[in-house]
Amino acid sequence: MATAAITAERENYLNQEYGIKSWLLTVDHKRIALLYLLSITFFFFIGGFFALLIRLELLTPVGDLVQADTYNKLFTMHGQIMVFFFLIPSIPAVLGNFLIPLMIGAKDLAFPRINLLSWYLYIIAGALMLHCMLTGGVDTGWTFYTPFSTAFSNTKVIEAGLAIFISGFSSILTGLNFVVTIHRMRAPGMTWDRLPLFVWAHYATSIIQLLGTPVIAVTLVLVVLERALHLGIFDPTRGGDPLLFQHLFWFYSHPAVYIMILPSMGVVTEIIPCFSRKRIFGYKFVALSSISIAVFGFLVWAHHMFVAGISLYAALIFSALSYLVAVPSAIKVFNWTATMYKGSITFSTPMLYAFGFIGLFLMGGLTGLFLACLGIDVHVTDTYFVVAHFHYIMVGGAVMGYLGGMHFWWPKISGRMYPESLGRLAAVIVFLGFNLTFFPQFILGYLGMPRRYWQYPPEFQVLNVLSTAGSTILAVGYVLPMVYFLWSMRYGKAAPDNPWNASGLEWMTTSPPPTYNFDTPPVVDWEAYDYEHIPAPQEARSGG
Amino acid sequence: MADSPIAVEQHNPALKHHFATMEQQREASSLGMWLFLATEIMFFGGMFCAYLIYRYWYFPDFAAASSSLDITLGTVNTAVLICSSLTVVMAVRAAQLDRRKQQVIYLALTLVLGLAFLGIKAIEWTSKFKEHHVPGATFNFEASLPGHPEQPVDQHHAQLFFSLYFAMTGMHALHMIIGVGIFSYLLYHAWKGAYTSEYHTPLENSGLYWHFVDIVWIYLFPLLYLIDRKK
Amino acid sequence: MFDTFPLWPARASTTAGSVDALFIFLVALSTIMSVAIFTMIVVFAVRYRRRKGVAAEQIEGSTALEVTWSVIPLFIFVAIFVWGAVIYFKERTPPRGATEVYVVAKQWMWKLQHEEGQREINELHVPVGRDVKVILTSQDVIHSFYVPAFRIKQDVLPGRYTTAWFHPTKAGIYHLFCAEYCGSQHSGMIGQVVVLEPAQYQAWLSGGAASGSMASSGQNIFQQLGCSTCHRSDTQGRGPNLVGLFGKPVQLEDGRVVTADENYIRESILTPGAKIVSGFKPIMPVFQGLVSEEQLNALVAYVKSLNPSPSGAAGGPAVVSPGAKPQETKVQ
Repeated sequence: MATAAITAERENYLNQEYGIKSWLLTVDHKRIALLYLLSITFFFFIGGFFALLIRLELLTPVGDLVQADTYNKLFTMHGQIMVFFFLIPSIPAVLGNFLIPLMIGAKDLAFPRINLLSWYLYIIAGALMLHCMLTGGVDTGWTFYTPFSTAFSNTKVIEAGLAIFISGFSSILTGLNFVVTIHRMRAPGMTWDRLPLFVWAHYATSIIQLLGTPVIAVTLVLVVLERALHLGIFDPTRGGDPLLFQHLFWFYSHPAVYIMILPSMGVVTEIIPCFSRKRIFGYKFVALSSISIAVFGFLVWAHHMFVAGISLYAALIFSALSYLVAVPSAIKVFNWTATMYKGSITFSTPMLYAFGFIGLFLMGGLTGLFLACLGIDVHVTDTYFVVAHFHYIMVGGAVMGYLGGMHFWWPKISGRMYPESLGRLAAVIVFLGFNLTFFPQFILGYLGMPRRYWQYPPEFQVLNVLSTAGSTILAVGYVLPMVYFLWSMRYGKAAPDNPWNASGLEWMTTSPPPTYNFDTPPVVDWEAYDYEHIPAPQEARSGG
Repeated sequence: MADSPIAVEQHNPALKHHFATMEQQREASSLGMWLFLATEIMFFGGMFCAYLIYRYWYFPDFAAASSSLDITLGTVNTAVLICSSLTVVMAVRAAQLDRRKQQVIYLALTLVLGLAFLGIKAIEWTSKFKEHHVPGATFNFEASLPGHPEQPVDQHHAQLFFSLYFAMTGMHALHMIIGVGIFSYLLYHAWKGAYTSEYHTPLENSGLYWHFVDIVWIYLFPLLYLIDRKK
Repeated sequence: MFDTFPLWPARASTTAGSVDALFIFLVALSTIMSVAIFTMIVVFAVRYRRRKGVAAEQIEGSTALEVTWSVIPLFIFVAIFVWGAVIYFKERTPPRGATEVYVVAKQWMWKLQHEEGQREINELHVPVGRDVKVILTSQDVIHSFYVPAFRIKQDVLPGRYTTAWFHPTKAGIYHLFCAEYCGSQHSGMIGQVVVLEPAQYQAWLSGGAASGSMASSGQNIFQQLGCSTCHRSDTQGRGPNLVGLFGKPVQLEDGRVVTADENYIRESILTPGAKIVSGFKPIMPVFQGLVSEEQLNALVAYVKSLNPSPSGAAGGPAVVSPGAKPQETKVQ
């Protein structure tokens, strides 16, 4: 077989126009998705680099790799970059942008120029953040608690705050675009109950982006004003209240974690039916669970403040509500598992990532029950238990979902197949490396090791060493796909229109798609996940 | 055949390539603007929330600080904005009736009123600056609590009021400035005849934005200016 | 557990036992859930792997199942919530008669003052078997008082008091961590809680402070700052009588009723205009910036001491009347 086959010479969005201007001034949602892919990958590796430095420092109990101030900047910037410049945009801006118009049978998003503006806002914010990091950095923790951030820190709080403020607008505009697109641009016959659940997940995510992000935007404005003009809005020595900051901050930052996980859940909900060759179990319930998570997610923010000095009664209410929000997530896990029942299952790379997601998200979610529990939270909040919990969800969940989605849709995006055995190998490496990195942190947390500690008592060392060892393995698992995705763009096998024989309108156009997505606009008259009428693919081809 | 409504629509120069019909485009734009306004509610909401909490805690000091604001200018500004919303509506109406000159007049009036609002705001802020009511190193609010001549106002709490006053009216003024920019753009294109009964979506949606900024002021004014005013 | 490689924190308070019990229950529950789901996935993956000629069965769903696996977890969650809430309620309700220690956190150290007058830096001596309440405030940024062996944590805020309490059950030395990021040396703000047997604790106490109890220091400050001019122990004072005030409800001029707790006393000293007592004029001078956190703590301790103490209360200072001369309080 010729391995140097160029993608079919028919016109597609990649070869329709060449030149840097055609990319930087594009309004094609697919090209914008690739612009985002480059940028978020860049920031992922910067954030990852900071993480490696953190783990290296924590190999020994004393602070001997970097100084305390440097360490404080490392964990701050790791958090800010990963949250605002990687996790929040990742799936929506890359996969969502690329796929939503295709999945609903539209030519583009509702507002293509605003889509490009979103990317430029992201780039401007990213450049400002990079500048901030290179000229001194910021050391407040990604949570910016006052009065430390407003009146005590000697670092570039204003610059970092402004960078995140601008990135927030990128997020808001993406959400706005998705909601209008899903409401108004569906192809004839694409009713709400025929929408792929990936689209439902992004709809829910977009609602949160629209309603939540403005609150952190205005909070950051107030922090910047306070710091620059020595106001007293959050400063108790001037009549202000530091807890007001925490409420405003978490009012967004809790729903933000659902922005980070819902799209991943959408990805998994596409992969599992495809590789089980059957429709998703409980479509309506899965769709409804996404919306419920978005709604309930706005009601639980003060569970980050159980020991912060809120009243006993407020704590009781927020704990109870936090248990409510766990129910829809549980429903998803059960539905995914039930989808496998009596399926016809294969184990390609996307499916391996989906399995990894279910397992790790399950563990992360279960440990959320520990944290919602008042009696336990008092002991483990602000310790490595919390760090482990959110990394299980964000890395074990969101990142694995992202990688699974990238592998699943890579043929559609690039017109090439990635090497399957390397793909599976990387998935296994990521899974193993991840668990070794983060499981010991649950134990560390219960033992009492606090977060954001540059140095620590020696009895915590063995567990820290295990964690660092795991992080090096995890890093390898992340570098591999970067390498072979790049490799595949030149040397990968040409991809057919529907390599997985998956359902969904995106698979009914060419790989890669033409600029206007469909040669003839589709008219839908079948249900979603109609795997009965899509034959199973041939035996799995071997990897490249 | 060639004159069927759909065929004509598809050749409408204002129809963007990714929309099927003008109606779809109009509805998408409108929904987009309403969603954007929802985000603006959340944005201002954060500051209103902070303001309401501190006002509840420090009512007497806030009442004293509020009474130093110029209620006449504030009332005039409220009237100015409400009139400007009227002129916006009239401009949209003129477009619906294909009256280009009327559109231009009403849009120009809207701009004048908007600029008047900003001018009056500038006057208010200047007087606050002169009275040393601007938060920061030079802040000084000499007054006693209303009804309690022997008890001075708490400087910290008064400064909190003014911090929030400037933050909220400043954010509002920024939105007004953006609105003035948008309406200048609209004025130019209206003069060139871009908005007709067939297509005036930018006018409608910008009108929505302007009305929203007006409504924010209608909440700001009583909350900031009218605390506990007894004549 | 193991000295160099512990897997479980020391258990040294009454709370620790209850927290551990709930934690172990949750671990068991999570393990069961995880094993169940993992097993199902593995079994399904093997049993239903792709085989030639065997098609997947298209199953739309089952409302009954969905309801079941929503409602059953919900009940379990309610149970966990209640269990956790009960523990939390106890943790947030310090028992009456607890020994009080005033803690001032600052970047980057802990300053502790015992009622009897002892001051400690980064170290807290307490006896086994007695309720201890810490009254916390910060001089600068938010910190957090965390003793893993007791399973308690409470953020320490500038501008107000927060409280926590514990009942040590085992002698030993336990870590005290700052658990809210507070700047450069956040990880250096590590202290220790030294729990002593009661006899050893008494011995430690009597090696104690030359400056006298907190209440008597407070009385000194009370007179130096001129508080006693207006706050007399009769009805002639221009300020409210403070004897018997602490812990009681106070009627304010605007009609509200508040409790005279630590935060009320503190606020009344720093910003007296915030709450005017009914029937009094707002003439009290503002002391913000004129008293340190330690002085405030001493004044609060002094006002508490003006309550008649229940007979037999161990370690509580005797009633000191506002007009009397300060004296050395005998330490047993």
